Amino acid sequence: MEAILQPWPWYVSGPLIALVMAILVFFGKTFGMSSNLRTLCSIGGAGKYADFFRFDWKAQKWNLTVVLGAIIGGFIAVQFLSDGSTIDLNPDTVSDLNTLGFENAGATLLPAEIYDWDSILTFKGFSILVIAGFLVGFGTRYAGGCTSGHAITGLSNLQLPSLIAVIGFFIGGLLMTHFLLPLIF
Amino acid sequence: MKFLKFLFVGIFFGIVLVKSEAVSWYRIFEMFKFQSFHMYGIIGSAVFLGILFLWIFRKFKVKSIEGNQINLPPKERSFTRYIVGGTIFGLGWALAGACPGPMYILLGTGVSSMLLVIAAATLGTFVYGMLKNKLPH
Repeated sequence: MEAILQPWPWYVSGPLIALVMAILVFFGKTFGMSSNLRTLCSIGGAGKYADFFRFDWKAQKWNLTVVLGAIIGGFIAVQFLSDGSTIDLNPDTVSDLNTLGFENAGATLLPAEIYDWDSILTFKGFSILVIAGFLVGFGTRYAGGCTSGHAITGLSNLQLPSLIAVIGFFIGGLLMTHFLLPLIF
Repeated sequence: MKFLKFLFVGIFFGIVLVKSEAVSWYRIFEMFKFQSFHMYGIIGSAVFLGILFLWIFRKFKVKSIEGNQINLPPKERSFTRYIVGGTIFGLGWALAGACPGPMYILLGTGVSSMLLVIAAATLGTFVYGMLKNKLPH
């Protein structure tokens, strides 16, 4: 039980993620979390504005159910399966974050400097989250998938397009982390 | 009832991603700084085992529970959309510290501000849908 309450090592977590992918394939579906954003647009009536959203979203109810489960899973994990361990980050990471103005790096899952309502209710804080979310939502559909669809499913299926997309994910991520974050914070 | 199995898969997925810390903004930052093997180990071992799973499905002609031959649709061939779309996604991923799966999961862990990110991501998808025919693919 103690091992469950502590953070799980990569060699346990990675294979379990592969298992999620394989179970969904066995259920006759594919693992793709960002498709739900398109479904949400269709439910909201976006089909009136673009063909892209004119599809039978009811066929995607299974995926929305996975999302509901994921929300519940997040709740269960922090409420019942955690011992309050901090994140064991590289000390260099903690010191780099300190330089950028992030305190208590690793004490919680997310930095208060970005996700606390106090931060969001400023023009800068609000803009950061809206721009970040927008880029994720726009980019994932343009690329035809996100981490689950390309990095896990696509690479497992040896798809060259997914490798190109993952290289793109890293170009963007490295640009943000090394050049833009120091300008923003 | 047929949705119950998907609910359980989602719950399992949510628990794994929290316990692995892959939903943590800090872990994503650390990954892009190449300061830890943790995230590379997670993605690497997931892909390694994923290749094995899909190979077994093909090799033994496993049928899905719906009775169909398991067959993942191939991604359409292109370069521009994957590299450009991927880069845009990566910029957002490193800033929010969360990709779409973790966004929902983090909402469940009690981060209410994630609703704003999910709303913005939905808007991003909507704008892509509006511009789709004008963008190079």
